[in-house]
Amino acid sequence: MATVELRFSALPEHVRTARLVAAAVARRAGVDEAVLDEVRLAVGEACSRAVGLHQSGGITAPVKVALIEEEKQFSIEVGDEAPHSTPGERASGAAGDDGDVEAEEDEMGLAVISGLVDDVEVSAGEHGGLIRMTWPTAPPAAVLS
Amino acid sequence: MDLSLSTRTVGDRTVVEVGGEIDVYTAPKLREQLVELVNDGSFHLVVDMEGVDFLDSTGLGVLVGGLKRVRAHEGSLRLVCNQERILKIFRITGLTKVFPIHTSVEEAVAATD
Repeated sequence: MATVELRFSALPEHVRTARLVAAAVARRAGVDEAVLDEVRLAVGEACSRAVGLHQSGGITAPVKVALIEEEKQFSIEVGDEAPHSTPGERASGAAGDDGDVEAEEDEMGLAVISGLVDDVEVSAGEHGGLIRMTWPTAPPAAVLS
Repeated sequence: MDLSLSTRTVGDRTVVEVGGEIDVYTAPKLREQLVELVNDGSFHLVVDMEGVDFLDSTGLGVLVGGLKRVRAHEGSLRLVCNQERILKIFRITGLTKVFPIHTSVEEAVAATD
């Protein structure tokens, strides 16, 4: 399993908790201090997006966050259970302005993530989506010395 | 930390001092504050972000929404921010071209263009 796993009800107030936990585990894994702000922001964006997708889709399942410490790298996976379609389909299928606003916020969140994180993969299917973000870590020897 | 908001009037400008974290949970409070100010006739806003520890895209969306509202009344929305980690978010989203960003409240209040 992942180093640390987190599941939370799709509510905005829990996104901060996810940010704090992710930053704490990233620091322990050896992610550079200078990058921790980016980790915090990126995981917050991914979780906010997942919460929005669950709420607008009436999905009661929790949002899942996996924090994965590996050799020389640290990854965060944020998974939602919203059935995804292409942005064009969402916009035309949603009712009026609210749908457009949601689609815009969704895209802004993804824009921030892709601007912040060099190594990011976004995948989506009919059973949900996953954002995987990876950062390099300093080797433990360097941390000890 | 939660979000803190306070407002004061300087000449014809209304300064909104924001502190804490602006995220998906707290951003609605900032939105309400900006909407209320515009509804009460304050169309020239200065949002002081010096006390902000965290800002995400939801917060950016609220600021853009505020800008649209004041512009509908030929008003202005200026930001005060010197924090590199906050400025970076405006840069990567291209919003530095949308908002006038000042280094002090005094400068923002005095700005006219």
